[in-house]
Amino acid sequence: MTTSTHFGAPATAPAGDAAASATGLSKVYGAGETQVVALDQVSVEFRRGEFTAIMGPSGSGKSTLMHCMAGLDTVSGGSARIGDTELTTLKEKKLTQLRRDKIGFIFQAFNLLPTLNALENITLPLDIAGRKADRAWLDRVVETVGLSGRLKHRPSELSGGQQQRVAVARALASQPEIIFGDEPTGNLDSRSGAEVLGFLRNSVRELNQTVVIVTHDPVAASYADRVVFLADGRIVDDMTAPTAEKVLERMKGFDAKGRTS
Amino acid sequence: MFRTAVRNVLAHKARLLMTTLAVLLGVAFVSGTLVFTDTISSAYHKGSEKGFEHVDVAVQPTSGASGTPGEAPALRQELLDETAALPGVDSAIGAVSGFTALADRDGELVGDGWSTRGANHYAGADGADPRYPMAEGRAPQRAGEIAIDARTAERTGYEVGDTARLSVDGPVREETVTGVFTTDDGNVAAGGTLVLFDTATAQDLFAAPGEFTEIALSAASGTSQGELERAVSAMLPDTAEAVTGQHLADEQARAIEAEMSGMQTGLLVFAGIALFVGVFIIANTFTMLVAQRTKELALLRAVGASRRQVTRSVLVEATVVGLVAGVGGMLAGIGIAAGLRGLLNASGALLPDGPLEVTTGAIVASLVVGVGVTVLAAWLPARRAAKIPPVAAMSSVHATASTRGLVVRNVIGSVLVAAGAALVFLGTGMEAETAKFPMGLGGMLMIVGVFVLTPLLSRPLIAAAAPLLRVFGVSGKLARQNAVRNPRRTAATASALMIGLTLITGMTVVAGSAQKGIEKLAADALKADYTISMATYTPLSPEVQRTLAEDERVTAISPLRNSPAEIEGDTEYLTGVNGADIGELTDLDFAAGSFSGLSGDAAVVDRKTAEQHDWRLGSTIPVTYEDGARGELTVSGIYEGNEMIRGIMLDTATLDPHLQRVDAMQILVKTEDGPSEAVQSALERELGDNPALLVQSKQDVTEDIASMFTLMLNILYGLLAMAVIVAVLGVVNTLAMSVFERSQEIGMLRAIGLDRRAVKRMVRLESVVIALFGGVMGLGLGVFFGWAAGEMISGSLATYELVLPWGRMGLFLALAAVVGVLAALWPARRAARLNMLAAIKAE
Repeated sequence: MTTSTHFGAPATAPAGDAAASATGLSKVYGAGETQVVALDQVSVEFRRGEFTAIMGPSGSGKSTLMHCMAGLDTVSGGSARIGDTELTTLKEKKLTQLRRDKIGFIFQAFNLLPTLNALENITLPLDIAGRKADRAWLDRVVETVGLSGRLKHRPSELSGGQQQRVAVARALASQPEIIFGDEPTGNLDSRSGAEVLGFLRNSVRELNQTVVIVTHDPVAASYADRVVFLADGRIVDDMTAPTAEKVLERMKGFDAKGRTS
Repeated sequence: MFRTAVRNVLAHKARLLMTTLAVLLGVAFVSGTLVFTDTISSAYHKGSEKGFEHVDVAVQPTSGASGTPGEAPALRQELLDETAALPGVDSAIGAVSGFTALADRDGELVGDGWSTRGANHYAGADGADPRYPMAEGRAPQRAGEIAIDARTAERTGYEVGDTARLSVDGPVREETVTGVFTTDDGNVAAGGTLVLFDTATAQDLFAAPGEFTEIALSAASGTSQGELERAVSAMLPDTAEAVTGQHLADEQARAIEAEMSGMQTGLLVFAGIALFVGVFIIANTFTMLVAQRTKELALLRAVGASRRQVTRSVLVEATVVGLVAGVGGMLAGIGIAAGLRGLLNASGALLPDGPLEVTTGAIVASLVVGVGVTVLAAWLPARRAAKIPPVAAMSSVHATASTRGLVVRNVIGSVLVAAGAALVFLGTGMEAETAKFPMGLGGMLMIVGVFVLTPLLSRPLIAAAAPLLRVFGVSGKLARQNAVRNPRRTAATASALMIGLTLITGMTVVAGSAQKGIEKLAADALKADYTISMATYTPLSPEVQRTLAEDERVTAISPLRNSPAEIEGDTEYLTGVNGADIGELTDLDFAAGSFSGLSGDAAVVDRKTAEQHDWRLGSTIPVTYEDGARGELTVSGIYEGNEMIRGIMLDTATLDPHLQRVDAMQILVKTEDGPSEAVQSALERELGDNPALLVQSKQDVTEDIASMFTLMLNILYGLLAMAVIVAVLGVVNTLAMSVFERSQEIGMLRAIGLDRRAVKRMVRLESVVIALFGGVMGLGLGVFFGWAAGEMISGSLATYELVLPWGRMGLFLALAAVVGVLAALWPARRAARLNMLAAIKAE
């Protein structure tokens, strides 16, 4: 499982192997004349121990897909699962618990509470759940993201890159089924961005984590094992072992097309 | 810039809502007070004018004209006849009146006791009295007959032919109601009762046979009030004077005005407190709005707006808010005034009828107060807004308050608190009168100082709550940290609540301590089992004492008579007591001599009076009694006086011959087996179960005092409630703003698994923490002020000692917590309902 390099067609992979999956997932905003289809019957699955990047031009629905699959947003049709749990039928309270216990989040900004220090931010999901942190695991996570000396610092005393590393550590701390990152490097300079992406890839390699990020940066996507391309609410391509050049090349095509629609 | 300001107000309607409400409530209090008092005052005015319609000139005893102290010269029948015969006099009425208690069908006292009056029906040539036209039945003509006013008849259900029970000075009288009359009498219009007797009976009861307390003349047509007054004055002896009806009406109007303006001032003080609390909220809101709009304001500066223009734009916003609140408050105030009158009427306090008076003054005052307070409070935030540098438009971080600001603030606060405390301490060592100024100033300085220091105090005080909050897990921890996140904001919010609670606590401490002190005084000075007095503390007839003395269970009895006398050029009050029994009935410490042998010219004197006059045991006191007779008293004892018993006491046998009316303020009684319910009700029965008479045991006295204090405190609580309500709006406001500002954070918390309930709890706990912070500071300051005021009071009330009402204080703290929970209802709901995705994405 550690280095899963075998890829099948997205919709046909065995269910047990998927950390998260969507089947015929639709998301429609508004009604009638002003109706906008953000996701159009999307089926995709994210395998355990794999680092996936979702890419696509603005308005392609890539963030919406992530939000729906992470239980942050409601869906208009189809199904979304985390492990074996169907999200679309879950009540609000259960859904919140599921996010707390099974999912880690890294957002583009506002990841951390300014009133808590780095360590408190990292253990926040565990504190919310009222669980004790697994000390050994926590140490390992902290070491992996290189924050050992800064645990007592407040977010305002950390650089942007360090703040995002705290966010990564927080996502890892509760050993979730899957980590979703929404443009996790969007606000960082390229060096800090590379660091954060490196840690995410390490967590997949060394800690056997499952990671899905949404990004518009081909370099960020190149850290992933697999890139899923979205356009106009549909999956239009699926690339394994991506490089920045290959991704950029693929994106150029969309950009040209995206402008016309 | 004006347009920008107005647009801003419209754009931030919701965020300005609480501020507007806070100002509105304060203004409503002000305008309600003004409209209410104006309305009542004008109704009384009209009533008193009507009441003097039948009087063109009144003849009254000249105040202070008699050579001897205390005695009011009488107006005799002859004088009435003489004035009636004057040319230009159409008719003359001799009036005599006094206190009369009327019992309703259930034997309960009608009215509050003070405004229950009795008077004579002065039958003119046609047998009618123009002041009191009979609506039903006929006027009283002989003893045993009375007439009552129509409002009282309606209230009690008495009809012509019924027997009514009443009492003038103790004994119960049963009289037949022969008539019901209407009257413009101001006292009746104000909710009092009026019982009419025939003139002879009334003279017996209230004056002496053939004597009147006033003669009312009406002028023949063609004679003016002035002319008549001059004519009457010319023939009056020195002991009487003539005044015109107009003059009397004006005088009464002035008296009413003075009373109403006193009430108005009292109410306006509380309105002022509510507005003062409102200032904190306004300042807080505008500070928050300016902070939230840093970029926007910086942009304005960047595109060329001057500092002055930025300041002005914020002030224009404040003006708009103030205007809206002023108009709303004024309307609400008119509503309150109308409602209050209805409410008071419904609860039995009959107020005169009349249209609602909304004066221009009240309208202008409302608007000026609304706009003035808002603009004033927004001044500092407006200046701060102008200091935002244009470059702030580019930077992404909000300008945060520098720590240097807090250092300066803390120094200023400490100096203020120290100076205030020093003044208060200084005041506690002074006499009550001179202490008022340093105490008041010191108190003000301390409140302001503590307010200035609240940001500093917030950290340790809120940290102290940490163990409690830990119970609530993550929500509690986050709430605590959020509460100290912006110390200035928390401070301003908590201070608003602190002010109300300081006053409430201080008053409770003082009232509780004073109550204990007075109870102790009442209980310690007396050995008597019962005290008997009129419910209105008007004089008691000697008949009451005679009735009581006949009871064989009574072992000792003494009246307390009061009579003014002239001694060594001063007016001193002589207290007539039963010299044989008084030692059994009181518990006084004698420095020299004793009560024994208090008869003849013997007298006991309290130590202070004795020192003043340099009297010792055996000294001779020259006395001029109230009837002008001279005599000498010999000091046979010097006792330690207190607030209940002091002055010169002598035997009734010595005093009574000099008295115009032999009556008692109080009668002290001791019975065989001590106080018991059975004896008490037996005594009451012997006195005819008279509702106007109070037979009180020590315990009754204590309960009476307690209920008086409770009533007073409840009124104060009610008046201060507005300040607390305004403070609650402030907490709501701060929380709503905080939730708005932290929406991204809350969205993130929701995303990573904090459920709605926990988010709600977090906001609620923050609210409770802030409210309790304000509550604790308020309690602390209140207790301190209560102690300081007590030090001042104890100078004049020896038995005063500080009593800390722990139960009440706990209740207040609980109230603060409830305030916190209530204030958080809406903000917490908003926080829980935040759309996570929108919150996270919003930048």
